[in-house]
Amino acid sequence: MRDKIIFGAGIFAALYFIRNLYVILLQLPDEAMQGAVYRIFFFHLPPYFAAVFCFLGAAIASGMYLKTKRWHYDVFAVSATEVGLALAAINLVTGMIWGRQQWGIWWTWDARLTSALITWLIYLGYLMLREGIKDPSERAKNSAVLSIFAFFAVYFTYKANEWYRTQHPGPVLTIRTGKNTIDPAMQAMLFHNLFAFLLLTVVLVAVRMRLEDSQRAVESLRRRAHAVA
Amino acid sequence: MDQRNFEYMFYGLAAAWTILCLYSLLLTSRGRKIQAEIEHLKRMLEASPKK
Repeated sequence: MRDKIIFGAGIFAALYFIRNLYVILLQLPDEAMQGAVYRIFFFHLPPYFAAVFCFLGAAIASGMYLKTKRWHYDVFAVSATEVGLALAAINLVTGMIWGRQQWGIWWTWDARLTSALITWLIYLGYLMLREGIKDPSERAKNSAVLSIFAFFAVYFTYKANEWYRTQHPGPVLTIRTGKNTIDPAMQAMLFHNLFAFLLLTVVLVAVRMRLEDSQRAVESLRRRAHAVA
Repeated sequence: MDQRNFEYMFYGLAAAWTILCLYSLLLTSRGRKIQAEIEHLKRMLEASPKK
């Protein structure tokens, strides 16, 4: 039953992405200054927000693990973090491509870009930390603490372009600016693609959680095999 | 659609889908490896004499 739900959600996400691509490429109004390249935005901001949800979920699950010591929370935390890392990579790479065209440079060390990169590296460190600790309960405990503290970097990145003057464009969504700074059709499309990315995120996290469960089954079988040998 | 800077839009969209596809393939490959190891360990445990 669970497999069917994951499969169904995956198919729905794929169809939703096809619908969104059709609207993005063929129906949305053009941006006066940037030409076609502004359409990267629909694959830059939604993955970032989906990654933020992943990291927030991981931080909450990590706190719950420290409180209850239930493995399920640790499984969710590592799965959400890994998927969030892939989504944050999309955000960084699409941003660099847009920057190359608009600013003439691939990268600049301003507060927003630098904090986004550091956040990505911290979460990469989280996965490396887990690889380095063999004892499962020590691994879960240490990585849970790191996951909670790492979320401060996510919040800093979110606020960086308000707190500092950055080359990165400022907030554009009406919910943040309180003004009509973006065409309503473009803003609606951003939310549609965010929904598609969130759906995909749920599918990927569910698949990754299943892998983590299987990995724990392998570790248990290995221990039994050692005991028999 | 305005054709200016179409090339960079294509690179951006291609990069996003490439990362998603690579990560999905990575998950599939890890799943297969883990499944094969589970089968191998189960066979090993079944074949070993019980204490």
